[in-house]
Amino acid sequence: MRILVVEDDKDVAGFIVKGLKETGHVVEHADNGRDGLFLAASENFDAIVLDRMLPGGVDGLRLLETLRAQGNQIPVLFLSAMAQVDDRVRGLKAGGDDYMTKPFAFSELLARVEALTRRGKTEAPTTKLTASDLEMDLLSRSVRRAGQKIDLQPREFRLLEYLLRHAGQVVTRTMLLEGVWDYHFDPQTNVIDVHVSRLRQKVDKPFPTPLIHTVRNAGYMLRAD
Amino acid sequence: MRPASADRPGWIAQQVQWLARRARMDIWLVFHPRTLLRSAGVRFGLIYAGLFSISALALTAFLWWSTAGLLDRQTDTAISADTQGLVERFLERPNSLVETIRDRLAANVDDDAIYLLADASLQPVAGNLEVWPAMVTSDVEWMEIPIDRAGVRGLARIRQILLPGGFHLLVGRDVQARAQLRRILGDALIWAPSIVVSLGVAGALAVRSLFRITINDVAATAAAFSRGDLTRRVRVTGMGDEFDRLAEEINNMLDRVAGLMDGVRQVSNAIAHDLRTPITRARARLEDASRNARNEADLHAAIERAQSDLDGIVAVFQALLRIAEIEAGARRSAFARVDLGPLLFDLVELYSAVAEENGQVLLHDIPPILPVFGDRDMLQQAVANLLDNALKFSPPGGTIRLDAGAVGRMLEISVADQGPGIPAEDRARATERFFRGESARNTPGSGLGLSLVQAVAMLHGGTLRLEDNRPGLLAVMTLPVLTVANGPQTRS
Repeated sequence: MRILVVEDDKDVAGFIVKGLKETGHVVEHADNGRDGLFLAASENFDAIVLDRMLPGGVDGLRLLETLRAQGNQIPVLFLSAMAQVDDRVRGLKAGGDDYMTKPFAFSELLARVEALTRRGKTEAPTTKLTASDLEMDLLSRSVRRAGQKIDLQPREFRLLEYLLRHAGQVVTRTMLLEGVWDYHFDPQTNVIDVHVSRLRQKVDKPFPTPLIHTVRNAGYMLRAD
Repeated sequence: MRPASADRPGWIAQQVQWLARRARMDIWLVFHPRTLLRSAGVRFGLIYAGLFSISALALTAFLWWSTAGLLDRQTDTAISADTQGLVERFLERPNSLVETIRDRLAANVDDDAIYLLADASLQPVAGNLEVWPAMVTSDVEWMEIPIDRAGVRGLARIRQILLPGGFHLLVGRDVQARAQLRRILGDALIWAPSIVVSLGVAGALAVRSLFRITINDVAATAAAFSRGDLTRRVRVTGMGDEFDRLAEEINNMLDRVAGLMDGVRQVSNAIAHDLRTPITRARARLEDASRNARNEADLHAAIERAQSDLDGIVAVFQALLRIAEIEAGARRSAFARVDLGPLLFDLVELYSAVAEENGQVLLHDIPPILPVFGDRDMLQQAVANLLDNALKFSPPGGTIRLDAGAVGRMLEISVADQGPGIPAEDRARATERFFRGESARNTPGSGLGLSLVQAVAMLHGGTLRLEDNRPGLLAVMTLPVLTVANGPQTRS
């Protein structure tokens, strides 16, 4: 995927660019808002990682508002040290698709960027999600694996649905909290791990190959291999 | 240094000279025009003096005009009435006029009446003037003339009537008294400015010093406060006047500032103590690894541990900032109607899995509908923090209860556990940032959980109570029940 990184801090930008390249993406980098806007408007990218406070007279918000005013619907992830709830709201209102605060873990950033680009492609309403021999019917709200019916609680169903929609991608604990429970804070205890392990008991335990994998220092991934 | 006794008179003289110079300088400073005009007290004083002078002059002028005018009118009325009476008498019986004039003169106790009847050649016939005044020609009706009566000079207002038969009748009043009054008022007007000015100046000085006393106290308090004396407050006289109101407002502001400063100091102390430890640990790990790691795996392990230490530090920072944001009250704008019923059910569902994992039981008693006016995210986080704590401190096999319900005008959400609880003497401090009780030292956590719950409760106009659950801790968060009064109506 082609990703544009607009970030003025050399070290942070270098870290992101290197990380994204290592995971197989093509990355362009702009270190000020003006260049960033020019690149974003003139070339085709799959996603933009955008800092909010930028030199060059055009800050992240202005950049995004200008892009959106031109009808450009490219997915944008804000990456900013401005962490207050109001800042977050302002960023999302200006047309941002996701908002991450610094300091951040690269795995979280990667997971979110990949989730953003995927989101754009699977816009068509689906009624069935599958991975390997696991099938989820969204209409009858039933789950089968290898033809065997699996009974899930409503929340477990939504957790599995989220994992299936992001199959092959890393999803972090924060993403699960936000996406499945709609919570915007980090509980001190390992609540997510407990819920994932319960889901595993039902979805993976009775079968020879596990589908839900733990990704060290990052989160989980549903992968058919 | 103490001067030698021989130098003492010289030293005193020197001091006196110095004091005199000081005083001269002070006077020069105080009375220098630029200094004077810069003082608001002097300006107010001058304004006062100006207003006082204007009103005094206006009063005097009014008194003069009204008094003199009244006297004039009275005199004119008396003369007119007199004249009319005499003319009528003359027309009835021309011969009796002389007699009437004599009667009237005799009856005039004040001796201010003037009558003169003269024939066609202006020879006096009757009356108390010896000669016809030369100024009064036959075409004059009203006039003011100087008169000479029995050797006394005076001023008179007169009226001349021409009677049939060529007689001239002069009726008048001595207005010497009015002239005297006018002189007195005139003198007063001459003296008034100096009196007004001196009274004005005295008043101005009084106003200025009153002003100064009040302002000085406020200024001195503000100065002392900014120098660091956070206990100093403006004196409230208790008279309930405008100055008192100002003083109370200023004192409220100072209380708030002092409270915030206290909070900042507390937080910075806490940061110094509590963040230093994990930072030191992370640093030590990295340093140890860079010196002693024998292979790549060791290095990786050390780096990963340091990373998780740093993540912990970041989490603490985020929690601190969140609390500060909540305490600043900026988030009230995001308040909306929130139904706590489903919100609490969701949290119970989220945490009962964890409780089960730990071999604990999470019980609940929550009414299905519990409307409050507040911030959904913050309320979720507050209750989650209480549940986090309860699960963390309860022993395996313990029971945790989450109950909610309305008690009077307040909603109570209580979380009870069977852990070690908080000793009574620590309970008041348990909500301070970074406070960790003895029993909590060895469990993971930042010591910010209850601070956040308290901040959230207070932002919503509620409280956080910590009680003994015998055994364990009972944490009760109260929130105002949603009424029409404390929250805008929902759109639905």
